[in-house]
Amino acid sequence: MIYNIPFIAVAALIMIGLYAVIFKRNLIKMVIGITLIESGVNLFLITLGYREGSTAPIYTNSPGGVMSLPVPQALTLTSIVIGVAVLALMLSLIIHIYRHYGTLDVRKIGREDEE
Amino acid sequence: MNIEHLSQTLLTHSPALIVAVPLLGAFLTPLISRINDKLRNVFVILTAGLTGFLVLLLSYDVLINGNIHTYIFGSQDIGSPVVRILFEVDGMNAFMIIIGAILVFVAVVYSWAFMKENTGLDKYYTLILLMAAGMFGMMLTGDMFNFFVFLEITSISSCALIAFWTNKGKAVEAGFKYIVISTIGALFILLAIAILYGQYNALNMAVLADSIQYTFLDKIAFVLLIAGLAMKAGIVPMHMWLPDAYGRAPSSVTIVLIGTTQASLYALFRVCFTIYGNSLTAPLKQIGSVTITLNGLLGTFIVMLAIITIIVGVFMALKQTNFKRIIAFAAIAEIGYIFLAVGAGLWALGSDHGMMALKGGVFHIINDALDVGLLFLVAGAIYYATKETSLNRMGGLARNMKYTTIFFLIGLLAVSGMPPMNGFASKLLIYESIYLINPILAIVAILCSILLLAVFVKVFYSAFLGPKIPRFNDVKEVPKSMLIAMGLIACVIIFFGLFPDLIVNNIVEPAANALANNSNYISQIVGGS
Amino acid sequence: MITWESFLETFETGSGFWNPLIWITAIIVAFLIIYILRGYGKKEYKENTEQTKVFLSGNPEYEKEQMHIKGSNVYWGFTESLKWVYKTLDKMHTGNVSDYILWFVIIMGILFILVGVI
Repeated sequence: MIYNIPFIAVAALIMIGLYAVIFKRNLIKMVIGITLIESGVNLFLITLGYREGSTAPIYTNSPGGVMSLPVPQALTLTSIVIGVAVLALMLSLIIHIYRHYGTLDVRKIGREDEE
Repeated sequence: MNIEHLSQTLLTHSPALIVAVPLLGAFLTPLISRINDKLRNVFVILTAGLTGFLVLLLSYDVLINGNIHTYIFGSQDIGSPVVRILFEVDGMNAFMIIIGAILVFVAVVYSWAFMKENTGLDKYYTLILLMAAGMFGMMLTGDMFNFFVFLEITSISSCALIAFWTNKGKAVEAGFKYIVISTIGALFILLAIAILYGQYNALNMAVLADSIQYTFLDKIAFVLLIAGLAMKAGIVPMHMWLPDAYGRAPSSVTIVLIGTTQASLYALFRVCFTIYGNSLTAPLKQIGSVTITLNGLLGTFIVMLAIITIIVGVFMALKQTNFKRIIAFAAIAEIGYIFLAVGAGLWALGSDHGMMALKGGVFHIINDALDVGLLFLVAGAIYYATKETSLNRMGGLARNMKYTTIFFLIGLLAVSGMPPMNGFASKLLIYESIYLINPILAIVAILCSILLLAVFVKVFYSAFLGPKIPRFNDVKEVPKSMLIAMGLIACVIIFFGLFPDLIVNNIVEPAANALANNSNYISQIVGGS
Repeated sequence: MITWESFLETFETGSGFWNPLIWITAIIVAFLIIYILRGYGKKEYKENTEQTKVFLSGNPEYEKEQMHIKGSNVYWGFTESLKWVYKTLDKMHTGNVSDYILWFVIIMGILFILVGVI
């Protein structure tokens, strides 16, 4: 049972992140929600590679014993870097939006007539 | 080293070169733009031209001669178990990269004159070449996580390009909406890839296709992949980012954005037909005397969504008054046609009219990209000449801009499926094969095609016909580079329309055969070779 | 391989066929007939008299900007009679990005139920 706790945490993070994106009106809170979903997915990737009683997979001449899988750790590093780039882009776009409209409410921006 | 040896070497390395040449060009562009502006434009056009030449070389070998190319990064042999990243090019991949090459070359030629008065152009050209590299990577790869990385590269660079005109608030807001939608879709796709990796210890598409049994976790991964990729491709009711993103971006960016949307649609078909291909015809449940299989269930769902997409796209397009938003809604309706044909092909998998529907759907991918691309270029030309985007303030432009009117007429006939353009050939295939499955679907499809003609006749009347308005007295024809770009696409449209049998037999049929039958794709990597 | 004869073949679907070159030849012949018939019409008219002015059933002619029907008024009959469809569609297309993700979650839920239960 105790080995299932990371998976329950993943499901909880993704649900809370989706709730923040769908039901909150502030743009910054939406970005925080996206960061939560991304943290959940990264945690899921790392948990897939864990083996019970294992050491870190960083040895060339290993002292014996079980090592956890290195491939999901590489995938997670790539995903974290992509997440940082996307977060920086979203925040700089929010700065531009605030300079134009003066508000961060998602129901009030972009309401100009399409004429 | 003679020509034969050189061309053979280029052909062997071309899957990697098609991604590497735009990437290298993207990193060299800011350096070259410090020297001179015109030199940078010529350099970007040469890069796009070199990529197009490599694409033609590779796709000629794959489509006409029928070989499947694999390119393994880091070694010569595949080894077992498969651990290296590899690109695998079969008929469907070669079909998609032809579309990408035409669209990128036309966009770069068009932006010579269209973007001339803007500042920050070195970043613009860098981002367009990065977007091209990401798009080609999405279309060529044979590895699931590599697909996710290229998807994110493409969406980040397209978001920055959609928000290019930062002096207007609307474009920045459209870019923000696009990046939120794109990131959430990509994160759910990554979740599905992680579930599949955890089960089978494989990230390669061919190895996954060989070893999938349809367990409960596989069902979850299937649903996540289809929903995420459908949102990126613009299927109703997840389509609402498309009019904002297509309508507020510069026109040369929109035409490459069409290519990336088609690449997500291609990935959806690859997941349905190739990766889950072996479990498509296995029976799931028996109710009375009716056996429910996965392809019947999925085909019915896809056909229902596609009919709603066509109807909503056409009805919303009839009401708009912004030039580019009308064309964006028509693009949604055309994606609905592709989805309808492929869904019907999935439902009737293996039979004759199912194969015909699949051929019609695959042929319509390239027709849709070319036709809607030409219409967006004309919209950009009118914005360049008159600085107006609303249909309420235009009129009588056919006297001053003769060539633009002819190109718009060609695009109008092609989008609504009138002979002798290429839209008619692919829509004829779709109508005839859908009619054999259910007549009501064919009736709805033909009616909505007529309504699409009504939409574009409205645009043609409001913008080009009418009396001579004194405000537009000194509107001149657009510069030559934009006319050359539009003329290139119009020539390809007319060529595809005049010789449809040649195109379907040589280009579309290998692609449709590669989709319907995944054994060649698998046996190239696992078992056999 | 691609031969020169394959440019002229007829495109066959399962239950029909379409050959655009024959269609173009037919259209050119039809246009020739129309052009010849047009040549039988009257050619004389008097310039700069009443014969060349615009006739609007006796109504006065306004300036050119007001005579052209604007883009949003072109299909007024269609949009007016289908107001019930457009009211639903307009409520769907709100414009905030949270609603877009809500639709995504709804479609994912429907697909889960379909694939999981059946």
